[in-house]
Amino acid sequence: MTLSPLTRRRLAVFRAHRRGFWSLWIFLALFGASLFAEFIANDRPLLISFDGHWYMPVLQDISEDRFGPDFLPTEADYSAPDVQAAIRAHGWMIWPAIPYHYDTIVLNLNVPAPAPPSWQNLLGTDDQARDVLSRVIYGFRLSVLFGFTLTIIASAIGIAAGAIQGYRGGLTDLLFQRFIEIWSGMPQLYLLIILGSVIAPGFWILLGFLLLFSWMSLTGVVRAEFLRGRNLEYVRAAKALGVSDIAVMWRHILPNAMVATLTFLPFTLSGSVTILASLDFLGFGLPPGSPSLGELVSQGKNNLQAPWLGITAFVVLGGVLTLLIFIGEAVRDAFDPRRMP
Amino acid sequence: MSGAQPAPLLKLEGLTKHFAVQSGGFFRRHVTALRAVDGVDLEIQAGETLGLVGESGCGKSTLGRMIIRLIEPTAGSIVFDGVDITRLDMQALREHRRGMQIVFQDPFGALNPRMTVEDIIMEPLLIHGARHDDAARKRVDEMLGLVGLPLRARSRFPHEFSGGQRQRVGIARALVLNPRFLVCDEPVSALDVSVQAQIVNLLQDLQRDLGLTYLFIAHDLSVVKHISDRVAVMYLGRVVEIADKRAIYAAPRHPYTQALIAAVPVLKPRERGRGRRVRITGDIPSALNPPSGCRFHTRCPYVMPVCRTDEPKLAPTDAGHLVACHLMDNQESNKG
Repeated sequence: MTLSPLTRRRLAVFRAHRRGFWSLWIFLALFGASLFAEFIANDRPLLISFDGHWYMPVLQDISEDRFGPDFLPTEADYSAPDVQAAIRAHGWMIWPAIPYHYDTIVLNLNVPAPAPPSWQNLLGTDDQARDVLSRVIYGFRLSVLFGFTLTIIASAIGIAAGAIQGYRGGLTDLLFQRFIEIWSGMPQLYLLIILGSVIAPGFWILLGFLLLFSWMSLTGVVRAEFLRGRNLEYVRAAKALGVSDIAVMWRHILPNAMVATLTFLPFTLSGSVTILASLDFLGFGLPPGSPSLGELVSQGKNNLQAPWLGITAFVVLGGVLTLLIFIGEAVRDAFDPRRMP
Repeated sequence: MSGAQPAPLLKLEGLTKHFAVQSGGFFRRHVTALRAVDGVDLEIQAGETLGLVGESGCGKSTLGRMIIRLIEPTAGSIVFDGVDITRLDMQALREHRRGMQIVFQDPFGALNPRMTVEDIIMEPLLIHGARHDDAARKRVDEMLGLVGLPLRARSRFPHEFSGGQRQRVGIARALVLNPRFLVCDEPVSALDVSVQAQIVNLLQDLQRDLGLTYLFIAHDLSVVKHISDRVAVMYLGRVVEIADKRAIYAAPRHPYTQALIAAVPVLKPRERGRGRRVRITGDIPSALNPPSGCRFHTRCPYVMPVCRTDEPKLAPTDAGHLVACHLMDNQESNKG
């Protein structure tokens, strides 16, 4: 693939922006790692050698009676001491670095939950005796995936709406603008809470709810950019050349609007992460038991005697949002045509 | 116009643009027509340059943009090369725009800052069905050579060029489809004086080599004098005088033209012609509510009662002038 000179220059500017550049790599490393969370934090071994057979319990479900006649034909519970002993007697197994899934209840605690950080649970456990580090890894993945999905869909809708509004102008713009004013005047959080109590929100339903309102954040900026853009001389020139409306919008106006959009994008993304966390904090978000940063915050609030919960939630949320905004700044600079690398 | 002339390349008849201007509150809304261009008749012969001059806001640019159909006319017709293009749909219009193009005033604004020079010049080709291949690239090279830009300019961005160079890119883009007619909408008024001369010379060379026809819009009379064959003078949306360049500069007929030409600074003021110098005062009236009768009567030093009531028609006078002025009626009748 050959890069156009423009793309190459943008990359160079981005690279020259050290803070954003490193933030991107740190974020990508963390996110990439979290995509393989099942291999890092899980209550199943990565690999079992049993009587010369190889098993990968992370990828397959294995019946417990495979490991001995005394066991029942149900799914194996590898944390049970008798199962572990049976496997060890006939072979060996490799555990992930953190031997807990996000919903594994740590049974062999020496103190009542929430347990403070120890070598067994590096960030301690929450008040339901679940390993905090494991929940943070899964929660980070869920938050980021949710944020990305919401941001991408909301931006696409918002940009399309703003573009049509600004480019058509006139009555279209007027009616659309009034609609947005009414729609944005709705008390969002109440509506989300009401909707959430009517329909049990899963990942996609919650995404749909939030999409109802979050698409508007970009519309204003894009509309303004298109209102300005449609009267630019080079847009007139393109029209005089016979370029179609869609192509004019796409090729000549949208790239200008993209700068404003990209300035907003890190905020939209971090906003998406935050709104999910806040709904989870209030208990109207993802179903109970889901690994979520908001739920961790709420646990920190309910268990002030266990500061590792609150501190972990703060550091993780703050860190994610900071990284996203640093990346966003670098992207914004890279799209500035007047900035040289 | 004498009937012996061949059919003009471009013929405008009663071309009019009224912009709707809303005023007033929510319940009592007044819609007033801003008469930017109000019934303009013009003919441009193939191969000539018609200079169009007038004060800011007199409708010159609106007229130029209507001819390219960037602005839809309110009334009147545009006949280009024997085809009435006033009501063509977008598809047919696109095909027709191969024949006519526009060069804009602001070389900083007329080029997309995010496209390279190559992309800018190639865009018209791609729209009109060419492929992004070696032939298209070769055509871009040709155009760069034609407008006097180095070949290495192709991968650069507009902001890396000076105003004059950008205007050359704008001209290359306008000419890449081999149009016959070019609207030059104040192409040099945003440039330094030294650069103006280069661009005007380039336009003249291109006209000679490619047989182009220009409508050259400007407010700088000396530039118009240099490049035009004939000159039309506009005032408040109407053409008040059309004549050959020599005739109009040597013996302007309309008082407004006289005032315009008298206002051109000369190198040695002592050598300015000693004839009567027409000075006009005041501002151009609002096109929202143009004066009745002759639109110039509010500022005309020779205003007569008839000027306030009757609108003068553009009529031929001696030496090939077409003038819209009641003074000419008197002269004609005096002579007759």
